[in-house]
Amino acid sequence: MPETRELTYAEALREGLQQVMEQDDRVFLIGEDIGIYGGAFGVSAGLLDEFGEERVRDTPISEAAIAGAVLGASLSGMRPVGEIQFMDFVTLSMEQLVLQAAKVRFMFGGKAKAPFVLRMPAGSGTGAAAQHSESLENWFVHVPGLKVVMPSNAYDAKGLLLASINDDNPVVFVEHKLLYKTKAHVPQEMYEVPLSKCSVPRQGDDLTIVATSVMVQRSLEAAETLSQEGIEVEVIDPRTLNPLDEATIVDSVVKTGKLLIVHEAVGTGGFGGEIAARVAASEAFDYLDAPIRRLTGLDIPIPYNRHLVYPAVPQVENIVEQARRLAQGAYNGW
Amino acid sequence: MAEPKTKQLDARKQALLEEFGAEQAREMLQTMYDIRTFEEKAEELYMLGKTHGTMHLSIGQEGSAVGASYALRRGEDFLLNHHRGHGHTLAWGGTLKPMMAEFLGKETGYCRGRGGSMHIAQVERNNLGANGIVGGGLPIAAGVGISIKLRKTDQVCMVLFGDGAANEGAFHESINLASIWDLPVIYYCENNQYAMSMAMKKAFNVERISDRACAYNIPGEFVDGNDVFAVYDAVKRAAERARQGDGPTLIESLTYRWKGHSRSDRQAYRTREEVKAWQKKDPIPRFADALIAAGMLAQDEVETMQAAAHEHVEDALEFAEASPEPEISSIMEGLYA
Repeated sequence: MPETRELTYAEALREGLQQVMEQDDRVFLIGEDIGIYGGAFGVSAGLLDEFGEERVRDTPISEAAIAGAVLGASLSGMRPVGEIQFMDFVTLSMEQLVLQAAKVRFMFGGKAKAPFVLRMPAGSGTGAAAQHSESLENWFVHVPGLKVVMPSNAYDAKGLLLASINDDNPVVFVEHKLLYKTKAHVPQEMYEVPLSKCSVPRQGDDLTIVATSVMVQRSLEAAETLSQEGIEVEVIDPRTLNPLDEATIVDSVVKTGKLLIVHEAVGTGGFGGEIAARVAASEAFDYLDAPIRRLTGLDIPIPYNRHLVYPAVPQVENIVEQARRLAQGAYNGW
Repeated sequence: MAEPKTKQLDARKQALLEEFGAEQAREMLQTMYDIRTFEEKAEELYMLGKTHGTMHLSIGQEGSAVGASYALRRGEDFLLNHHRGHGHTLAWGGTLKPMMAEFLGKETGYCRGRGGSMHIAQVERNNLGANGIVGGGLPIAAGVGISIKLRKTDQVCMVLFGDGAANEGAFHESINLASIWDLPVIYYCENNQYAMSMAMKKAFNVERISDRACAYNIPGEFVDGNDVFAVYDAVKRAAERARQGDGPTLIESLTYRWKGHSRSDRQAYRTREEVKAWQKKDPIPRFADALIAAGMLAQDEVETMQAAAHEHVEDALEFAEASPEPEISSIMEGLYA
């Protein structure tokens, strides 16, 4: 057995960065306040001291330049890892990501490659309100040429980060602020969690929940409660949203006959719709015993007030209730 | 005493021609003829309905393309091009056959027909492509500059953009980054005086775009973009600074596009007189005259070179027309590595 320790999600990311930078001169970090400050959420703390200013580059507040910098460096032989301080700010990088990075290889007839990772924390729960709480992952899912990765725990965070850095494509790496302090057993050595492969953190026969990011943890908690009621939930974490491992999800729904999709991002135009459409168009359709249900963030900006933000995104009790109703046939016969 | 037939060359031009040597000087001139002929053929093909989409012709700007490219280590340094970029790709050492094939969307084109006129790249020569987004190459150039610095080579990256791009936010973010980190990037603004229909005079409250360099504490140079020698000199100076670790330069190269912005342009924003006045400043005969004055070219060779350009372009067209269309079955290729 390889040696594991409990590390937080942030520590696991940092360890992955530190190890790959030690091994591969092509990897460097670039972003706002990632050096002396250690990153707004501390992910890169200490790396400036170890690797110096050339490889841990604190930028001015220039999100378009950060995205362009990782793209340009990757096109010319490097494997940069950029950080967008809050996922909200990636709106200022959209042109470089969507029109340049995502298209450069296809547009040039497959003759260029852009191996970079752009990390960014998404999600609400820190009281930072509407402009620091966005979950915009599905914007990037909608752009062919980008890969979209969303780790839900410390183990996956390190393994997916290393796999993303070693991948030859641009990867939008979506972290979650509420996960940074969560712990898991993480091997000391370098390892990759393969991209485009779902994990199944809990098996069950009664109902499938497909959840992303922090909602995986909440779904697992909900599944514990439901298990005590005799409802066995299978939880699937896509981990890579695009390109998607559809087969694992379809196979699970074939087995359980019921599908609940849970994500924090707003429902309209969200990733859940994509999952629902793919399952409905698959062989799993004939096995469905109930309508496919989505439990998502409300279609509003994230509010500031504590009492308002709580119901704005799915909580454990909402997942329990939705899953229970779905399992018990409450949505059948509409 | 009769006027001498050829003008006396100034000392700087004489020195530069000696630096080029007759062979390279003639190659530069031939490239300018090739570019112009390619552009004329592109327009003709469009009018004949042999191609679709749009295109942005660089007729009138050939001196800028050739002067800037030849000042660098073409194929070793990096180039990021703009949407009016046919000429720059040829000047950087691209060849007419895959250029024309790409223009016609053929499998043998530089981008296997996936890119077209606005996205021609030649990655193996570090030409990282023309760009359909105004200013789109600017942030990428900063990244290439970082890469050069970290890899500790003495390469430079030249990013080409127009006057319009100088009003994009990307211009500011990129130049600032290059300036604070002394990145080896040459910001080459090809000011053809109109961003589609928007006149430079209306879009800037400074006389010179190069004046903006002072805001970044970097050198700014203004050059006559129709003068191959002036362009060459400015880019060469910028490259030397960059290679020595002295950081970026902003060059404004004043030129003029003879044709409209693209195919749909009725050119209501400028007068025929203005166009005609600029056509008199044609960069090609200016360079040819210098070669003649230096004894590197005979007067009657001008026509020979023009004829050669037509032959080159016809050969390229023949190649492109005979080339296969991309297979429909290959449509998903090249999306992910």
